[in-house]
Amino acid sequence: MSSVIYPQPAADAGAARAVRSASRPAKAVPSYTAIWLVVGSISMSFAALTSALIVRQDIGMDWKPFVLPPILYLNTLVLLASSVTLELARKELAATYLRSETRPHPRKWFYATLALALLFVLGQFLAWRNLAAQGLFLATNPSSSFFYLFTGLHGLHVFGGVLGLLYANHRSMRGLRFAAGGPLNVAAVYWHFMAILWVYLLLILRIRM
Amino acid sequence: MEQAPAQALRHHPAPPQNFIRKYIFSIDHKVIGKQYLGLALLSAFVGMVLSWAMRIHLGWPDASIPLLGKLSPNGAPGGVMTPEYYLSLMTMHGTIMAFFVLTAAPLSGFGNYFLPIQVGAEDMAFPRINMSSFWITFIGFILAALTFVIPDGPPISGWTAYPPLSAVGPDAGPGQGWGQNLWGLSIACFTVASLLGSLNFLATTLDMRTKGMTLSRLPISVWGWFITAALGLLAFAVLLPCALLLILDRLAGTSFYIPGGLVLADRVQPHNGGSPLLFQHLFWFFGHPEVYLIILPAFGIIGHVLPTFIRKPLLGGWKVLTACMMLIALLSLVVWGHHMFVSGMSPYSAMLFSVPTMFITIPSIIAMLIWIFSLYGADIRFSTPALFALGFLSLFISGGIGGFFLAQPSTDSYLHATYFVVGHFHFTMGISAVFAIFAGFYYWFPKMTGRMMDETLGKIHFWASFIGMYGIFMPMHFLGFAGHVRRYSALVDDYLVPLLGTQRFISIAALVVGAVQLLFFFNFIWSYFKGKKAAENPWEATTLEWETTSPPPIDNFGGRRLTVYHGPMEYNVAGSRGDYVMQASPEPAAARAGD
Amino acid sequence: MGKIFALVVVAVAIATAYFVVAHVYWMPEDISVHGHLIDEQITETTAGAGILFLLGQFVLAAFVFLYGDSKGTRKLKSWPGGAKPLIWASIVLIGIEVLTLSFIGSKAWGAVYFSPVDPNSLHVDVQAEQFAFYFRYAGPDGQFGGIHPELINEGSQNYFGLDPANDVAARDDIVVGTLTIPVNKPILLTLHSKDVGHSFFVRELRIQQDFVPGITIPIHFIATKTGKYEIVCTQLCGLGHYNMKAYLEVVTQDGFDQFLKAQSAQ
Repeated sequence: MSSVIYPQPAADAGAARAVRSASRPAKAVPSYTAIWLVVGSISMSFAALTSALIVRQDIGMDWKPFVLPPILYLNTLVLLASSVTLELARKELAATYLRSETRPHPRKWFYATLALALLFVLGQFLAWRNLAAQGLFLATNPSSSFFYLFTGLHGLHVFGGVLGLLYANHRSMRGLRFAAGGPLNVAAVYWHFMAILWVYLLLILRIRM
Repeated sequence: MEQAPAQALRHHPAPPQNFIRKYIFSIDHKVIGKQYLGLALLSAFVGMVLSWAMRIHLGWPDASIPLLGKLSPNGAPGGVMTPEYYLSLMTMHGTIMAFFVLTAAPLSGFGNYFLPIQVGAEDMAFPRINMSSFWITFIGFILAALTFVIPDGPPISGWTAYPPLSAVGPDAGPGQGWGQNLWGLSIACFTVASLLGSLNFLATTLDMRTKGMTLSRLPISVWGWFITAALGLLAFAVLLPCALLLILDRLAGTSFYIPGGLVLADRVQPHNGGSPLLFQHLFWFFGHPEVYLIILPAFGIIGHVLPTFIRKPLLGGWKVLTACMMLIALLSLVVWGHHMFVSGMSPYSAMLFSVPTMFITIPSIIAMLIWIFSLYGADIRFSTPALFALGFLSLFISGGIGGFFLAQPSTDSYLHATYFVVGHFHFTMGISAVFAIFAGFYYWFPKMTGRMMDETLGKIHFWASFIGMYGIFMPMHFLGFAGHVRRYSALVDDYLVPLLGTQRFISIAALVVGAVQLLFFFNFIWSYFKGKKAAENPWEATTLEWETTSPPPIDNFGGRRLTVYHGPMEYNVAGSRGDYVMQASPEPAAARAGD
Repeated sequence: MGKIFALVVVAVAIATAYFVVAHVYWMPEDISVHGHLIDEQITETTAGAGILFLLGQFVLAAFVFLYGDSKGTRKLKSWPGGAKPLIWASIVLIGIEVLTLSFIGSKAWGAVYFSPVDPNSLHVDVQAEQFAFYFRYAGPDGQFGGIHPELINEGSQNYFGLDPANDVAARDDIVVGTLTIPVNKPILLTLHSKDVGHSFFVRELRIQQDFVPGITIPIHFIATKTGKYEIVCTQLCGLGHYNMKAYLEVVTQDGFDQFLKAQSAQ
């Protein structure tokens, strides 16, 4: 772990502003470009899965709808809340830049985000338990297949997002400064996308079940 | 805080010293590019050997191939190939060639090596992700190779792996157990690696160009890689769910693709309600852009190589050819149904898909005319790379023409699943794209290794391949007109027996052309060690890769940060010292003679 | 070198054109009512695409022939007008060709798929399986029996899984391995698969249609000439794919009546 400390100006207002607003810096940062590409690609995958759902439901004629476990709605709120706390975490990070800290890193709101993330994943597991208790498993019916598929894949991507958040935090902790807020802004784009994606998936499941 | 100084240190703060970090787990895009090219050459050799075995069996079904008998006593008892083993070899031939050769070499191979250099960057945007891309691809290759080693052998469902054949498991036939599973995993690895690779290509092109390298000054090869990477991001993203649903049907008892009431091996299969057509739609939504993922980097390489050897810019500059490539990429996303005209899909959909399929000919023909008519009034230097580029033009015309027949549902209803299709896609992908890859090899070998490839061997390679490949694949179109069905391991039908002579002709041509490729391998290896030393810019070309040593240093330009003043095609420039002006040369580009 | 290239390209182009135009390998005789539309479409496409093929190869050859390495002595020039005339020519000419072919072709396609089924058609039920085709006639009662997959038994030749014990309609169904049909009469085939994907291809009828498991797909046609023709499978279905075929026997109406009588007697 390198302990390189870069010389700091008195108050790193530019960096702070960049972190707070996550605005595209004058010279584009590759990881920021890349994360939007990742969002696009994942969207394409879920679009394909959505069309698979629609086709399978209409053609198979064996679709048995079921009531979505109510905990899903609570989980949705938890995930949306985590987006809010992440935004607060970014403001926190900006403030540490303004205070010219040697190791500017986000704190309590960041850990709140992580906690909410884990709560979301736990909640999704409970939803799965609920379904299993009703005798609905992956292969039971196409409706349950798609439920597990959507929630499972989304959960996997959320897990990846958690790893991304941890990595962003790690980079901050190393005391490196990033004009654009760097890794945390990149992670934030992905994280908010996870929330938007979940709302979309929930809507599709709700409409089609 | 400025990015530029940090960037100089960011990618290569301390060049690696030990062998493993230098040549095995390297984050240097040049090493990774060479690793991809090496893997592609190995895959090409394997794919070619598979095709030799197939061609021998087709021409002489009772022939014994001893080596084959040793590799698989089940598949070829006494060296004589069984029908199922023929299908296994055919499946892996297609899979290995389409993915590990044609999608890997021009894009991940040459693109990884030259894109950063051509835009003036030190490395790709994400060197460690780049490294993992290669190694994930390599694992994918190992998984594909493993299918030959397991007792049941490789899958027999073709590279297209249609369910239910590919989905119900061993009841469907040999190779449909673990063979198909390994195949699926191999494809999944390749897909993930490809997606990661796309991120690197796109982010590097957008964000890491050197000073003065505006989008309008990018070499055409970069545009080819850029557009391909963007298309790949969309296409491979659909292959992943397609394959995932297949894996779930196979292993988890779901019924996405498998309908009810199927009887295989005297058993009613425990599935219900699924749709085989769903797979076809998802697969071909990926599958059609895939063939453009194969040809677009080739377009870029040809567009890059030609101006060097005709000493003229392309007509329309970078704009027209790039616009053609973008239009082709866009249209490729809405034509997938032309693989499914007789699939049971709605006949109205067939007509809907036919229209954009026919229209995609327009940008393709414009591109072809640009290349051909740029030759008018030129001064063509017939080095080996130039010959392969010119050969590409002839081959792609031939391949493209076949498309007119297959794009219309009425004519396709006869030609579908015949050798006409096999001839068509081998012309467009198998030989046109391969000629572009060869052009790339002969063109860039001096830069990558510091030595020239042997010109005489190169020319023999070209002539034998050009004539020979016409001899292999043009007759396939004729067989198609005769209605010769594809994917047959033997010719037993009444109408096929008289066509055996033609199949034998094709087989002999294939074996001869195959032997000639060994000449290329030999030339490659021999020149690597013993070739004539190459100058920095042996072809007198203009782009940034020719501004540095052969091979380039680890940070590509030896600590220099180049500034770009010109576009990539400043050839035939009157008033300049030579007949060309390099991109990074501050010398102004005077008016072109005869413009 | 360039001159040799040009000559090779011209030679290959002419050889290819010869093989195609002279029909050295060609489609067999058309024996269907709608087939001539497809044949005409193929001919028109051959002409249109063939002209493009020859033009492209010849122009390429000409330019390579004329503009070879002059070692810097020749003054270079550019195609007059640059890319613009090429772009416009492509859009207009190819656009017209494409639209024309599509428009005419839609008639050929429509003849197969959009023409109405004659209510007096002879209906034959076709089942594809690994690795054979079986054909079922409704028999004197004009009704097909129901299909029960769990009853399918190759050994007892119950290919369709019929249940004659409990299903009256199934009792007189005729199941054979050769498709016998009367000439000049409308035929309706319903295609379904027992196991995996297959395809029905009769070159002389100019008909190719996949069997999709889970779906029953109708095709209809009229055969115009008696004779024996091959039905081959064109959708990869497993190791026996190359060997999967049946015969189509087109017979006179009398011949067909005799065939039915003989089968019903069994």
